[in-house]
Amino acid sequence: MAIEKPLSEMPIGTVGTVIENGLTGLTKRRLMDLGFIPGSKIEVLRKSPAGDPTAYYVRGTIIALRNNEASHISIIPHNKF
Amino acid sequence: MCSVNTDLSGRLETLVQEAKGKYSKEVREKIVDNIYREAENIAKRTVVKPPKKLDWDGKIDNILTSRITGYPIMLLLLGVIFWITIVGANYPSQMLFKILFWGEEKISTLFYFLGMPQWLHGFLVLGVYRCVAWVVAVMLPPMAIFFPLFTLLEDLGFLPRVAFNLDNFFRKAGAHGKQSLTMSMGFGCNAAGVIACRIIESPRERLIAILTNNFVPCNGRFPTLIVISSIFMGGALAAPYSSLVTPLVIVGIVLIGIMVTLIVSWLLSKTLLRGVPSTFTLELPPYRRPQIGQIIIRSIFDRTVFVLWRAVKVAAPAGGIIWLLANTYLGDSSLLNSLATAIDPFARGIGLDGIILTAFILGLPANEIVLPIMIMGYLAEGALLELDSLIALKTLLLDNGWTLMTALSVMLFSLLHYPCSTTLLTIKKETGSLKWTFLGAIIPLAVSVLVLFILNSISSLLLLMN
Amino acid sequence: MGYSCKSCKKCMLKDNFNITKDKDGLVIALAGNPNTGKSTIFNALTGLNQHTGNWPGKTVLQAQGTCIIKGKKCTLVDLPGTYSLLANSIDEVVARDFLCFAKPDATIVVTDATCLERNLNLALQVLEITDKVVVCVNLMDEAERKGIKVNTDLLAAELGVPVIPTSARSKQGLDELISMVYELATGNITSNPNPIPYDQDLEEAIQELQPQIEALLKGRLNSRWVALRLIEGDEELLEGIKNYLSQEELEEDRVEEKCAQ
Ligand SMILES: Nc1nc2c(ncn2[C@@H]2O[C@H](COP(=O)(O)OP(=O)(O)O)[C@@H](O)[C@H]2O)c(=O)[nH]1
Ligand SMILES: [Mg+2]
Repeated sequence: MAIEKPLSEMPIGTVGTVIENGLTGLTKRRLMDLGFIPGSKIEVLRKSPAGDPTAYYVRGTIIALRNNEASHISIIPHNKF
Repeated sequence: MCSVNTDLSGRLETLVQEAKGKYSKEVREKIVDNIYREAENIAKRTVVKPPKKLDWDGKIDNILTSRITGYPIMLLLLGVIFWITIVGANYPSQMLFKILFWGEEKISTLFYFLGMPQWLHGFLVLGVYRCVAWVVAVMLPPMAIFFPLFTLLEDLGFLPRVAFNLDNFFRKAGAHGKQSLTMSMGFGCNAAGVIACRIIESPRERLIAILTNNFVPCNGRFPTLIVISSIFMGGALAAPYSSLVTPLVIVGIVLIGIMVTLIVSWLLSKTLLRGVPSTFTLELPPYRRPQIGQIIIRSIFDRTVFVLWRAVKVAAPAGGIIWLLANTYLGDSSLLNSLATAIDPFARGIGLDGIILTAFILGLPANEIVLPIMIMGYLAEGALLELDSLIALKTLLLDNGWTLMTALSVMLFSLLHYPCSTTLLTIKKETGSLKWTFLGAIIPLAVSVLVLFILNSISSLLLLMN
Repeated sequence: MGYSCKSCKKCMLKDNFNITKDKDGLVIALAGNPNTGKSTIFNALTGLNQHTGNWPGKTVLQAQGTCIIKGKKCTLVDLPGTYSLLANSIDEVVARDFLCFAKPDATIVVTDATCLERNLNLALQVLEITDKVVVCVNLMDEAERKGIKVNTDLLAAELGVPVIPTSARSKQGLDELISMVYELATGNITSNPNPIPYDQDLEEAIQELQPQIEALLKGRLNSRWVALRLIEGDEELLEGIKNYLSQEELEEDRVEEKCAQ
């Protein structure tokens, strides 16, 4: 069964599909332009040695987000669950 | 014709207002989604990707951003770059000294042969020529090595990884993660670093980045740091390792600069520039194979020659002025001497002396000329010795009472003091505000005086206790 | 206010975008995602030295330079790299305003062959604004190295505009690129971009708004695109229209005479 989870809580290696971009305003629009929109495939690649930000593979590019923003994006993980 | 215009925008405005009520907020999301969907469909039909790619980038990133090796590798790389720069610049620098001071002799001979007056020779040769010669001999070799190495890292795609690794510290300091990119540009030139701050969109975080860019030692300051550290600290380790000391010291200085940057950024974000961190997104582009030939040509001709020429343009008049100051007498002391004596007590309070501080003050137009001014200041006071090597320089500095503590203080002051006038003008241009320009000078000055004062108080306390 | 020189095309370029254009010269814009090689192409064509490097965001100053194509003086403008043109940042507004209101004779959209999908997202948005576009699929050497193949002919058919593969750093494909840009800019060939199909309800809304917009703007901007902006409530664009289009008046010809003096 598929359960929505915040992107920020996904361990490295998770592959999933974006369900909702729950941010607001300009931040939301920016992240949408970068490909964080419902339906996008996403992979959690690696964390900065300091723990934050995290790098994601989305629509052909690696994009790093801080946990604060990633926590508002929910995904359904495909593997490991 | 005005009525037509008002009409046009007026009627558009009505349309906008009508539309506003009509369509839901999710419509934008739908538009973005539709465009992406189309892009995805077209890409699917036109691009063939290999089924399983060997992910070299991922492997490299795993090492560069690993919890264990991430930071050590960054430091190591920085150290290696400095090591290559310092070791590689050593011999060419000596050569340049020899050639340029041989030139000075020849020109002097010519002057005497032509029967030129003493003051003209002093002004042109001992002032202008000597200052330019110093700047060229000390600056050119390290720059010609440092710039290509740095451009290489830039072309490989290393800088975004640095930003990725350091972002958390900047976030905690209330600053923007891309500040490390602007700092990287500052290594080349702080004015360029200040312009690069445009990549930070939030005005608050951009100002923080602009005001603290000075704490990254630019190429005009590296040579000073390198020379002083190799004279006073190079002997700290025995023969096979002695060449490692200077790079280590420079890495240490850079680390202090980064720490001060974070602390000042934090203070600013708690006081003058209060606010919440803005969104941070960073693309980590794939590594690309650099074009070595292009890099060398580009960094030498575009950057090195450009920066050197700018320094020479400042050094020439500065050299002349220093000579005039040192040779114009009011009563029985020269102007330079009077100035140095006047500020000497204050300078001593922070571990410097009058001449050093004078050099930093007169060096405002370009950091490159600080060391030459210092030397000329000392030379003007004492006997005129042949200064054609670093060993001679060491003697000169020791004769003028320098200690390890003086050397450390000068290096820290060079790292922290106000930015050069070009950078200040750039700050003015970028912020459009005299207030921020003023703060851009006064904050670093305050920090540097504070740090030196504390350092020297501790050191004299320790001396007293012994 | 009376007439200022602001009103003719030549002076409007000069005043608003700081572009000096020769009488029969061409203005060519370089748009694209960050880090796709725009500045590399710009440098190769103009012989200038814009800062290039492998990190997004390094081109912070909008650069312009000139080059001669087939005897015609062309002004090349290196726009800031953006991921989209939906005006979410200053860079995006700059790039979009330039495409909308400076009306370059041709626009080169530089894309990265190794991640075409993301780049097409921007290319499609540019195509909604102007049809005088050549899509340059750059970094072909990198794509080859990674085993990625791009069918540029099919891509051209899908998009409805010319597509040229290049490897800008080794200057491959640049000759083809500029001759295609020249043909398009001078009108020797025309392009016909395929519109992005939107969901049913959006299409209906567009149909409703488009005629009204067309009547107002008289073809000075792509009405389908403006309709979409109205639908999403983009007020930034209204500002742009007020700023730029009002200057461009119906009596353009008369004013142009004045400017010539
Ligand atoms: N391998 C390869 N690298 C390229 C090519 N074009 C550009 N680059 C490199 O890609 C990086 C980004 O290029 P740049 O022109 O600065 O991109 P811009 O951000 O679009 O202006 C630089 O390191 C270039 O050297 C190409 O065709 N092949
Ligand atoms: Mg660029």
